[in-house]
Amino acid sequence: MSTSTFRFDGTDIAFVPGQSVGAALVAAGRPSWRTTRHEGSPRGLFCGIGVCFDCLVTVDGFPNERACLVLAEAGQQVSTQEGSGHDR
Amino acid sequence: MTAEDRRAHTRAHTRADLLVAGGGPAGLTAAATAASGGLSVVLVDSGHALGGQYWRHPPAGAQMSGTDGFHHDLTAYRSLVDTISGHAETGLVDLRLGHHAWTVRRDEDGIELHVVDRRRPGADRAVVLRGRRLLVASGAYDRQLPFPGWDLPGVYTAGALQALLKGGGVAAGRRVLVAGTGPFLLPVAVGLADAGVRVVGVHEANDPRRWLRHARAVAALPGKAVEGVEYAAALLRHRIPVRVRSTVVAAHGRERVEAVTVARLDRDGRLIEGTQQRIAVDAVGVGWGFTPQLELAVSLGCELIGSEDGNAVVDVDAWQRTSVPGVLAAGETTGIGGALLAGLEGRLAAEGLLREVGCGAPSVRLRPVRRAVARQRAFSRAMREAHPVPAGWPAWLDDETTICRCEEVRHRVVREAVASGASDGRQVKQLTRTGMGWCQGRICGFAVECLARGEVPGVAAPAPASERLVAAPLTLGALARLPSHEVE
Repeated sequence: MSTSTFRFDGTDIAFVPGQSVGAALVAAGRPSWRTTRHEGSPRGLFCGIGVCFDCLVTVDGFPNERACLVLAEAGQQVSTQEGSGHDR
Repeated sequence: MTAEDRRAHTRAHTRADLLVAGGGPAGLTAAATAASGGLSVVLVDSGHALGGQYWRHPPAGAQMSGTDGFHHDLTAYRSLVDTISGHAETGLVDLRLGHHAWTVRRDEDGIELHVVDRRRPGADRAVVLRGRRLLVASGAYDRQLPFPGWDLPGVYTAGALQALLKGGGVAAGRRVLVAGTGPFLLPVAVGLADAGVRVVGVHEANDPRRWLRHARAVAALPGKAVEGVEYAAALLRHRIPVRVRSTVVAAHGRERVEAVTVARLDRDGRLIEGTQQRIAVDAVGVGWGFTPQLELAVSLGCELIGSEDGNAVVDVDAWQRTSVPGVLAAGETTGIGGALLAGLEGRLAAEGLLREVGCGAPSVRLRPVRRAVARQRAFSRAMREAHPVPAGWPAWLDDETTICRCEEVRHRVVREAVASGASDGRQVKQLTRTGMGWCQGRICGFAVECLARGEVPGVAAPAPASERLVAAPLTLGALARLPSHEVE
């Protein structure tokens, strides 16, 4: 079982090829990677199958990607999404 | 014109015999049966691998190991995938993984399924797929009831815990509690325990004795009873405490879940005060049955009927045909019934089509299939009746409980809307923005309907299936890049 890494908010997260970004973050012990638009509450993965949109994350500069659907890739730049992801 | 454009152009002008939306047990079986009978098939699924949720698999080339152990009937799955792959090589099956259906149109020539290829972040590509007929096999997702703290990180749907295991080989916590209702909680708990997680409890809200009323439906399917016994043995082996008529009524923590409160329910599904108990966890998985994904069927105008679990489901005839010509439905979209029933319905849909177009082998005897369908349907009806949503669930909400996770609408706001006259989910939505966020009410819709009506929807008056004109998000850029011959 080989592992690679992607960058998440400046740290390396190990993943096994085939895992989603969300699965890799959960496996790394990080259950949240977004704050909500109104209250700034932390959110992470909830439904795990692309239905709930709670796990939105910014991947390689593109906000609002569902972390449970995007496959992790070596060297990917993943960052916590604040609010809508467009107001930085 | 690039080669890709040329291929797209050719596809735009040839209609497949059958479009299949969904690559789970129903869609896989239908696609394999139809293609083996000589029909051209386009099989679309949003996942990275075939299988849907039940047979969720890591994508091709994945390197995690040990996920096979979380599955059932893998022989059947592999045989279906082999059949589909064989037909994909000859071009009879056009397999579209990572494609999300966002809308559908029907005209006199057939169906246009609008999908978006989302295999690469930031590079959405809109594609139009054409076929003479469409099979809606889009499955279902976990149904949820809000409780204080359910929006804390570390609180998952039961399905998410299993999806992480099956698709990623990942256990979401070290001390996990599973709650809600229905037989699905058992494989989730056992899967976690097999992965080395300490499952601190399975809390089933209903009394298993509810099944006694359906003894005949259970006796007709001895396989299900054996499965139940196997799970019971596995729960014992892992020393997983099982509590019935008990559920999670709150989750606690600051940045993530650290504990839950469980409480007993009376026979009518009402919380028994004074029975609350706090349990330390680092993850929790909850599921209250499933909600079928009906967007495509609803936007085509297929007639729906009520199901015992309070869901609206697609009404189909003996060949899985809906009320709309050329549109079929199979699997969970016609009623929550599990993978075996879904596969059988997919088979019937395809066999019906083969007969319709004259390539059906009348020698294929379908009587055993129909008998199996009848037994599975009786069992699934019993399951839906034995595992209702507890009538008293709103008692565990407090004023500040989040109801709509996307728009962050609190219970207090929903209650005020209901007090001021909103009597169904749609009216609450218009007053409070519940269901108007990213998920379009998929997660809170059923709960809001319960709160608005003051009762749990049932077979006679199911929760309405929401119309979602855009069933999956796509960028305007992707639409703008559609080749001009695709735009009419």
